[in-house]
Amino acid sequence: MGVETESKFHVLAVDDSLFDRKMIERLLQKSSCQVTTVDSGSKALEFLGLRVDDNDPNALSTSPQIHQEVEINLIITDYCMPGMTGYDLLKKVKESAAFRSIPVVIMSSENVPARISRCLEEGAEEFFLKPVKLADLTKLKPHMMKTKLKKESEKPVAIEEIVVSKPEIEKEEDSSVIEILPLHQELESEQLEPMLCSNKRKAMEEVISTDRSRPKYNDITTSV
Amino acid sequence: MNTTVVAQLQRQFQDYIVSLYQQGFLDNQFSELRKLQDEGTPDFVSEVVFLFFDDCSKLINTMSTSLEQPDNVDFKQLDSGVHQLKGSSSSVGAKRVKNVCISFKECCDVQNREGCLRCLQQVDYEYKMLKTKLQELFNLEQQILQAGGTIPQVDIS
Repeated sequence: MGVETESKFHVLAVDDSLFDRKMIERLLQKSSCQVTTVDSGSKALEFLGLRVDDNDPNALSTSPQIHQEVEINLIITDYCMPGMTGYDLLKKVKESAAFRSIPVVIMSSENVPARISRCLEEGAEEFFLKPVKLADLTKLKPHMMKTKLKKESEKPVAIEEIVVSKPEIEKEEDSSVIEILPLHQELESEQLEPMLCSNKRKAMEEVISTDRSRPKYNDITTSV
Repeated sequence: MNTTVVAQLQRQFQDYIVSLYQQGFLDNQFSELRKLQDEGTPDFVSEVVFLFFDDCSKLINTMSTSLEQPDNVDFKQLDSGVHQLKGSSSSVGAKRVKNVCISFKECCDVQNREGCLRCLQQVDYEYKMLKTKLQELFNLEQQILQAGGTIPQVDIS
């Protein structure tokens, strides 16, 4: 069978609305995830362990006390928030060496194609339109698996453990490495750029479902 | 457990909830909400729904204040309130409330105070109406549970 990780995926959910936090928390719990909710981008960064310098908001450093204590497999954030928007949060995460590998998903109640493509170009894995449904969350698993398996590859390898020959999942693949490209890279290779953003999203969903089917993971987990 | 009583109550529940969908009070998102409730979280739907009604009440008050002075309407604050209300009504499946919010937003966009006042009144009416309806629905649920039955899964396609 292979190594089945018993620990749940841990998701950090960010939304300034109490109502929306309650909703996304329940959705994630129902999808068997452990959830931490915060009400702002800056609190999200604090939780991750990124110290935000009040004098220079562009300066981020990892707090020595809270370094990697909590393993987060995914960040899901609202776009429209006062102060730091979801887009700002996305940028900060992707600019951080320590946390850029954490997949980020943006949620918004407004369908603005320019906004969607901006987020995806900045490295967001998915863009969900609110209200988010249970079915939407099934798309998260492949992205979260990526981080779990990456962490596995960085541990000392025992015979029973997953062997991934290259820790950099984004590099050129051979058959034993998980072939997962960040969504926007996939898109370029598929030459879907000229599409309208709303179609782009749909196309991406299709790309995910064809290329990211379970059997690929099973292959990896059984290989020793 | 009196199975006849339970069956009657379940039938009543089913008919009632279907009528709420048919009359446009609720849309599919309410079904999505019900999917999130389980034995571990038996009050999830009612908690969320009452949180929504609380939000409605607060937002309507704030927006009412914004609209008070004819020559000093804070349309920006109004827009923010309508945006929130539209979002939460959409998440809960409160179809009629959501639809009023759509019209409300349009009135805000063109700074139509009269239109906004009408929409505000309508939102107030619709959320209170829905509150009454859903309270009735939750009552039926309680009756079923107390009679020892289970709440039927209702599939609205």
